[in-house]
Amino acid sequence: MAKRKTTIKTLAKKATQNGRSNGNGTPVRLAVQKTYKLYIGGAFPRTESGRYYKLKNNSNTLIANMCLGSRKDFRNSVVAARKAQGKWASRTAYNRSQILYRIAEMLEERRDQFIATLSDLGYTAKQAAREVDATVDRAVHYAGWADKYQQIYSAVNPVASAHFNFSVLEPMGVVAIFAPENHGLLGLASAIFPAICGGNAVVILASEKEATAAINFAEVLHTSDLPGGVVNILTGKRAELRDHFATHKDVNAFVYYGSNKADKKAIQTQAADNLKRPIFIDESDLFKNYHESPYRILATTETKTTWHPIASDMTGGGGAY
Amino acid sequence: MAKKNTSSPALNFATDWTYAPAPESTGHVEIKKQYNLFINGEFVKPSSKKYFDTINPATGEVLSKIAEANDKDVDKAVKAARKAYETVWSKMPAKERGKYVYRIARLIQERAREFSVIESLDGGKPIRESRDIDIPLAAAHFFYYAGWADKLPYAFPNAQVKPLGVAGQVIPWNFPLLMAAWKIAPALATGNTIVIKPAETTSLTALKLAELIQDAGLPPGVVNIVTGAGATGAAIVNHPDVDKIAFTGSTGVGKIIQRAVAGTDKKVTLELGGKAANIILEDAPIDQAVEGIINGIYFNQGHVCCAGSRLFVQESVAEEVIHKLKTRMETLIVGDPLDKNTDIGAINSQNQLKTIKEYIKIGKGEGAEFFQPSCALPKNGGFWCKPTLFTNTAQSHRIVQEEIFGPVLAVQTIRTVEEALTKANNTPYGLSAGVWTDKGSKIFRLTSKLKAGIIWANTFNKFDPTSPFGGYKESGFGREGGVAGLAAYLNVKG
Amino acid sequence: MAKTYPSFSSPTIDQVGAEERAARFTKRSIKKAAKVQALKLALNMVDLTTLEGADTPGKVQQLCQKALHPHLGYPGLPTTAAVCVYPTMVRVAKNLVKGSGVKVAAVATAFPSGQAPQDVKIRDTKYAVSEGADEVDMVISRGKFLSGEYEYVYDEIAAIKEACGKARLKVILETGELGTLDNIRKASDIAILAGADFIKTSTGKISPAATMPVTLVMLEAIRDYYFKTGTMIGMKPAGGIRTAKQAVHYLVMVRETLGQDWLTNQWFRFGASSLANNLILQLIKQRDGVYGSMDYISKD
Repeated sequence: MAKRKTTIKTLAKKATQNGRSNGNGTPVRLAVQKTYKLYIGGAFPRTESGRYYKLKNNSNTLIANMCLGSRKDFRNSVVAARKAQGKWASRTAYNRSQILYRIAEMLEERRDQFIATLSDLGYTAKQAAREVDATVDRAVHYAGWADKYQQIYSAVNPVASAHFNFSVLEPMGVVAIFAPENHGLLGLASAIFPAICGGNAVVILASEKEATAAINFAEVLHTSDLPGGVVNILTGKRAELRDHFATHKDVNAFVYYGSNKADKKAIQTQAADNLKRPIFIDESDLFKNYHESPYRILATTETKTTWHPIASDMTGGGGAY
Repeated sequence: MAKKNTSSPALNFATDWTYAPAPESTGHVEIKKQYNLFINGEFVKPSSKKYFDTINPATGEVLSKIAEANDKDVDKAVKAARKAYETVWSKMPAKERGKYVYRIARLIQERAREFSVIESLDGGKPIRESRDIDIPLAAAHFFYYAGWADKLPYAFPNAQVKPLGVAGQVIPWNFPLLMAAWKIAPALATGNTIVIKPAETTSLTALKLAELIQDAGLPPGVVNIVTGAGATGAAIVNHPDVDKIAFTGSTGVGKIIQRAVAGTDKKVTLELGGKAANIILEDAPIDQAVEGIINGIYFNQGHVCCAGSRLFVQESVAEEVIHKLKTRMETLIVGDPLDKNTDIGAINSQNQLKTIKEYIKIGKGEGAEFFQPSCALPKNGGFWCKPTLFTNTAQSHRIVQEEIFGPVLAVQTIRTVEEALTKANNTPYGLSAGVWTDKGSKIFRLTSKLKAGIIWANTFNKFDPTSPFGGYKESGFGREGGVAGLAAYLNVKG
Repeated sequence: MAKTYPSFSSPTIDQVGAEERAARFTKRSIKKAAKVQALKLALNMVDLTTLEGADTPGKVQQLCQKALHPHLGYPGLPTTAAVCVYPTMVRVAKNLVKGSGVKVAAVATAFPSGQAPQDVKIRDTKYAVSEGADEVDMVISRGKFLSGEYEYVYDEIAAIKEACGKARLKVILETGELGTLDNIRKASDIAILAGADFIKTSTGKISPAATMPVTLVMLEAIRDYYFKTGTMIGMKPAGGIRTAKQAVHYLVMVRETLGQDWLTNQWFRFGASSLANNLILQLIKQRDGVYGSMDYISKD
């Protein structure tokens, strides 16, 4: 019963914040609460499982009931991602760049909202502002890379034969991600941006304890001209979804933020089933530079090398009598 | 009168003038009766005291006895490599490191003929290939990576790069010295030390390389060569003090390795199997395409992970292409690997021959139309297989889906580019693919949509040290060759 | 003109692939008995050629002597296939080789440039035939070909063929002026369809003359025509083939592209002047086991 009380208290508090109060704590107008759902294929469905978990802040206050994403939600996300990936990769780099920049614009505009979201999750105002600003800047950073990383990391290879030979970077395809468990906004975005910058489609499990930030961020993505299915965001529990992420045969890479040894071992083992690429990233200090780097784009690309003959002048051999 | 649509007249290749045997001389080649393990700069007896035979697959005769390394030997090799890494190799100026690798390249060039002959004797591949492809490319690979040693920062702008430490490498039997070069050259250039295991049927050129490494004066322990079968490989993979595993071989074993290293910090690169599509469109340069098909599947007896083993021909030219292909197959010479005129040598081992024959049986059973040319096969104790063609195959056939690793081609017809793409990508593999068409925009459409690491357009089975090699999907991960090949042996932080 | 320009399409050629294939033939190692057999075969395929402004009956007489008796010190050598001369020298040659089986080939049609009106070319051809030429080596109008007047080229070949009567027609494409293997293939197809009995690479007056890749492309045109019709066409690379080793490479190429039926001077020729002596030099080496010298072989 105690929990129930807390809930009501929180709701009342929110109502006061967002609605109008008559001064004695009773709202004149009851604020409308948001239902947090998943983000799959450009839509916001509820979890097919009908399950939820309670997202609370540090002081045990209920923030929201989050969808407890299931194996089937993951499956649906992979289908959506696979469907979207080819077209996304075929977009011009300029277009991908502009969409990433659009994400920055949309987020900047909702700066206050996200500061509030993060504050609810226990961030100080200063921490929340730093996180939101860093996320906006990170989007701008990767927006700039979209039409540049190929130029730096592709190669024309001077083979010792009559062939033109070049290597380009192609997206791996569908990238499944466990977002960092900390920094529900910056961590999530830092995982998504390099992957989609490189032309992949993403299925990402949000930080369990900061999942509201992730779903709010889905709304940013949704209004940034990002085609549906390119980013799919699930909320739920790592322990439940890990094996499904690791074993799904239509997933090309699994990017894991964290350092849990048992997780690492299980993922590496299961990834062998279809040789999806297991990629492990230390999630400490997400503000550091290496989370903002072309090498993070390269991590979910494949090198493709193409050969074609080059005809030379037809002079060889022969001559007069 | 309208011309009858009869089948084309055949050409007669049973000519009055034929080629006399032209065997490469084996006089200058020294193969010892027995080979020990190369650990810490010396040849040492295996603690197992066991030796196994390596045979000439063209005759079945024993060439030499090879030491079998067990866990203890591998441990000794890893310790030697660790010590060399910590005391010498990681401390040496990069430029000096590079010079050692250059030396190896030059020594291989000097002894190219000897290496070629041994490669053909031990592995069964035609001398023309070991002489013109395997050995020169191996030397070129060392030469290319040697030059990278002191230039690594330029390869990874704005990043910190560090060698990984001790690299454990396990290589296959299809290109024995070349695969050793692909593994050793970049690992050395990037500052790692090595424990490498050649395949058990083809250890000889790796052991000759060990002699050459001694000649080059490489510090003891920088390269250790341990011979043996699967258990020896497993000992390397599972050794706790190995920092990196590089494997080339079957997808099945690749998966086992990936699972074996799970939970460790070992960095892994895998270069695995393939079932490459070779797509011939109606506007292709047909005669060159036919040559590309031949080269794609019958090169090295089809023991090639990137072999163009699935042929897709557009229906409007299918009849012509298949007729020309069969005609061309009649001129292939199967026989003594040491004969300079041999096009297709001996199958590498009895086991592999059994596998191939099994697949030919399966193909026939699946209802595909079977063709082999009329060429004669040597009648001796060797392992031989004629170049084989299956037409009227379908995606659902096992001979279309599974890697045979032999001279067996499965042909399907396609109607459109779209269909070609769908079927070509309809496989868990993704190592290589071929495209033949005269139209530039079509080439780029196909090459950009094919899911494979190497795409040959209007050519096939070309290799170069500057050109990255490696697959998508179940063909493995990581690249060998080119700038991309450096990352496999470095910790890149940036 | 009975024949009209047919509808056909020539396949595209990838030059690098053709060069690779041609190079592959040179990797065949031909030793011992196989080599002797090849050298004799090659000698028997030579169109021993003199095509100079300075040609005289005396020069042609010496040439014919060489054709009939390539080397006195090697009994049993075959004759060359033919002697190849200007039309004005045909009668001289014809008298000298009479009864030997050695043919007389005449270059005609305003050789080597082909820059003359068609009626002049037809007269040139008829004259050569009337003088006794067994074979006529004509040149195509490269200028017309390169400006896209394929019908003109076709019609001209057909007209010359008609003028040849019973003489066999070799059509010289002058491949060194055609620029691409695609053009060479197309010109081959036009010549074959217009009635050529042989297609020939070069006049020998332009460099590059015959090369392996060019010859390969022409052999493939011949093969494709054979596949379609069952009709055999001959091939004559000319110019630049000077060594026995080169000649053997060409024979390997013929063997592996067209097979047994073309390995005879009825269907394959070398247009060459100095090749015969080099073949002889190598034959002597094979027989005697020591290297010879040109001082011991007649230069005619």
